[in-house]
Amino acid sequence: MKNTIDHSTAAATFNKDVERVNWHDETLWFVRSKRDKSAHAIPEWEALRDTASKIKNNVLSNMHHYLQEFEAKAKENGIIVHWAADGAEHNKIVHSIIAKHGVTQMVKSKSMLTEECHLNEYLADNGVQVIDSDLGEFIVQLRQEPPSHIVLPAIHLKKEDVSDTFNEHLGTEKGNNDPQYLTEAARKELRDTFLTRKVALTGVNFAVAETGEFVVCTNEGNADMGAHLADVHIACMGFEKLVPERKHLGVFLRLLARSATGQPITTFSSHFKKPRKGQEMHIVIVDNGRSTQLGREEFRNSLKCIRCGACMNTCPVYRRSGGHSYHNAVAGPIGSILAPNLDMKKNADLPFASTLCGSCTNVCPVKIDIHDQLYKWRQVLVKEGYTPTSKTIAMKGMSAVLANPTVFKIAGKAGRFVMKNMPFMVNNNLNAWYKQREMPAPPEESFREWYARKAKESKDKK
Amino acid sequence: MSSRDSILSKIKSNQPVSVNELPGLSFLGLDKIDVLETYKTVLKGIGGFCEEVSSLEEVKAYVETKYPEAKRKITTIPELAVIAETNWDAHDPHTLQDVELAIIKAHFGVAENSALWVTDAILGQRVSPFIPQYLAIIVNKKDIVATMQQAYERIGNSDYGFGTFIAGPSKTADIEQSLVLGAHGARGLTVFLME
Amino acid sequence: MKVGLFIPCYVDQFYPQIGIASLELLQKFGCEVSFPMNQTCCGQPMANSGYAHLTEGCDTNFVDNFSEFDYIVCPSGSCTMHVKEHLHSKENEAAATHIRKNVYELTEFLTDVLKVEAIEGNFPYKVGMHQSCHGQRGLKLSQMSELNAAPFSKPDQLLSKIKGLELVSLNRKDECCGFGGTFCVTEEAVSVKMGQDRIKDHAAHEVDYITGGDMSCLMHLEGILRRQKSNIKVIHIAEILNSI
Repeated sequence: MKNTIDHSTAAATFNKDVERVNWHDETLWFVRSKRDKSAHAIPEWEALRDTASKIKNNVLSNMHHYLQEFEAKAKENGIIVHWAADGAEHNKIVHSIIAKHGVTQMVKSKSMLTEECHLNEYLADNGVQVIDSDLGEFIVQLRQEPPSHIVLPAIHLKKEDVSDTFNEHLGTEKGNNDPQYLTEAARKELRDTFLTRKVALTGVNFAVAETGEFVVCTNEGNADMGAHLADVHIACMGFEKLVPERKHLGVFLRLLARSATGQPITTFSSHFKKPRKGQEMHIVIVDNGRSTQLGREEFRNSLKCIRCGACMNTCPVYRRSGGHSYHNAVAGPIGSILAPNLDMKKNADLPFASTLCGSCTNVCPVKIDIHDQLYKWRQVLVKEGYTPTSKTIAMKGMSAVLANPTVFKIAGKAGRFVMKNMPFMVNNNLNAWYKQREMPAPPEESFREWYARKAKESKDKK
Repeated sequence: MSSRDSILSKIKSNQPVSVNELPGLSFLGLDKIDVLETYKTVLKGIGGFCEEVSSLEEVKAYVETKYPEAKRKITTIPELAVIAETNWDAHDPHTLQDVELAIIKAHFGVAENSALWVTDAILGQRVSPFIPQYLAIIVNKKDIVATMQQAYERIGNSDYGFGTFIAGPSKTADIEQSLVLGAHGARGLTVFLME
Repeated sequence: MKVGLFIPCYVDQFYPQIGIASLELLQKFGCEVSFPMNQTCCGQPMANSGYAHLTEGCDTNFVDNFSEFDYIVCPSGSCTMHVKEHLHSKENEAAATHIRKNVYELTEFLTDVLKVEAIEGNFPYKVGMHQSCHGQRGLKLSQMSELNAAPFSKPDQLLSKIKGLELVSLNRKDECCGFGGTFCVTEEAVSVKMGQDRIKDHAAHEVDYITGGDMSCLMHLEGILRRQKSNIKVIHIAEILNSI
């Protein structure tokens, strides 16, 4: 695996193209604005969020029961249920199903879980060709890039980029950048894929414990085109996708698309309960660190996430650093609280890639305290030793001075302690501030000097 | 220990000790709205067309004027057999690849998002609303409910192998957030609101 | 009523005029104000960097300085929020609790505790309000654009009483400026870009001044403005409210 470039370095590179950063920021802000408009049109929006949050809290606290209930019902419905402890086991299970049917090609609709498990690479190494059918994923797959956003996988690309990619791979006209034309080209290409694949894999948005059914939401209809034409349908889900009862879907389907794109609902919300006659249906239930996260009291709420992407669209840092700078299948604020659970060392930079502004928490449809968890991950990562030693030394020095008023006053007088040691100038890293910003000019007299002088003057008068 | 058992046992020991109560849902979805007007406005907003009709004859006439005769049409509605094929539900789903228009019925619609609920009992084939170039769905005006809350009350514990909410035509905005209708599924959706 | 004036360490050192304005303003409204001379820092810089476990000394010092007051008032939403959420004391938790419950950001103290109805003030300029995230989303000093809830703003409520002041309506009324404590140097590129974009919004509305309740945000914006040789100036809200 390639060495990971940390967020700030990747973000600095992303910021070299100002026009593109502006475009990226404005495009995602537009999505956030659509979300606001849609959310603000529902008078009971905040009550819905609150209800969704409570339902998910119930699920987390009763997961053991719901999973078994779901498994039993799904089996009754004629679905084959598999369990995977980690990504590797998940990939093996999927491959074994494909191999059993003697095919070497599969069509797949959007599944962030399979990104998390690196399924495509695994299958490619085992001689199985996967085609991603979501348009955005299809584009990034052709470019051999990971998605940069969980809902808008190709949001980092301009239509010119897509045009070049399609020209190279699908033979579209060079320089024809019309989204309608390019989408039509992909439609034709993928229709043939749908018609010829015997195995289709989809993600899962919600799984219902009460009935054993699962729901897949798309706008394009690609999950359904794949699943209804294939002999074998494999659905992969993290175990946290459960909701207790069918009626609870109403709450989540009202929130999901409005939060994601501002649409009142996705075009298709498909409920798969039983395989079609003659079809084989599999569900792979995946842990891959989730049970560990469930045990981290401060962070377990992150498992409430329904992958709407609203926190990314609203995040001023995400909008100006791009999804790839997060080097994780799920980027943005939610990715930054999920990733350290998977690998603290590799992802130690992510909880710091935030100003803790809190907008993410406010848009979250299931009320995950995202920015508070970012703060808490920082504490954990420091304690576990994943921050640079130089920073720790500086922080220790600073805290010693600040804890002692006498030392602080001496330090202040001698050379304006604060000026040299301000939090934002840790390690005396003045350059990072000064590169594009002027320094504040120190005044003649600090406030406390002024205050002491005034106090003395008035005492002298008396 | 199997992965199943080890995952379940880890979950059991790691989940919160006491169960958080499930909230009630009965207070949701009670805002008074003009159900039919909302339905029509939302459908238009997401790229669907709406036709108010009072009989299947009107549907027939509409389809005859709007869709070329030569192209393949299918339906699940016996009364429309004159304008569309009816005996395709037992065929290999792949044979529907050249269908121009499918005309089907919905159980009910939802005003807040213009979604229509269909299940395999009335789809003929699961792929029928996805594979044609265009889709037309007939729903009774009296079968429009206000929100998803009422929608699931209506679905209740009914049994189905497959069911889906369809809201508007298939679409994508994956290229620069430019909306394009007809990603993989139907390029256009006409909803016939029946008296 | 005895008020302890809590002045953020960087304000003390770089922006004494904000401390002076806050003090005078509170005195104007009849408060008995003192500035405990042994105060240093609330510890937020360490805590937000992941070193909350090193803030015990700061906490103890803070409690020692402020436990005797009815109210603790601070011209910074960020520092106030840190104290409100994180101040604890092994030796004297009762005093820490008293402080957490009675620490106020300056504008909310004026609107909620002093219930100020009128302010003498004259500031004949076009002004853009920068909502600091900790003040707004942390202390809920004004409604947040993400929520479906009735609008309000404590700082705007006060600014509206100042003669001559024209408050502009920004395109993104509560987007973060990118300061973020150590973020401003560890994520320099994004931090500066965020600040530049905030400034663009204010500039598009032709403001003379950008004001706000947190000088840390304003210092960051000022740094960029001065580098750009812009005519736009920054000013802390306490200085506007104390303009006569």
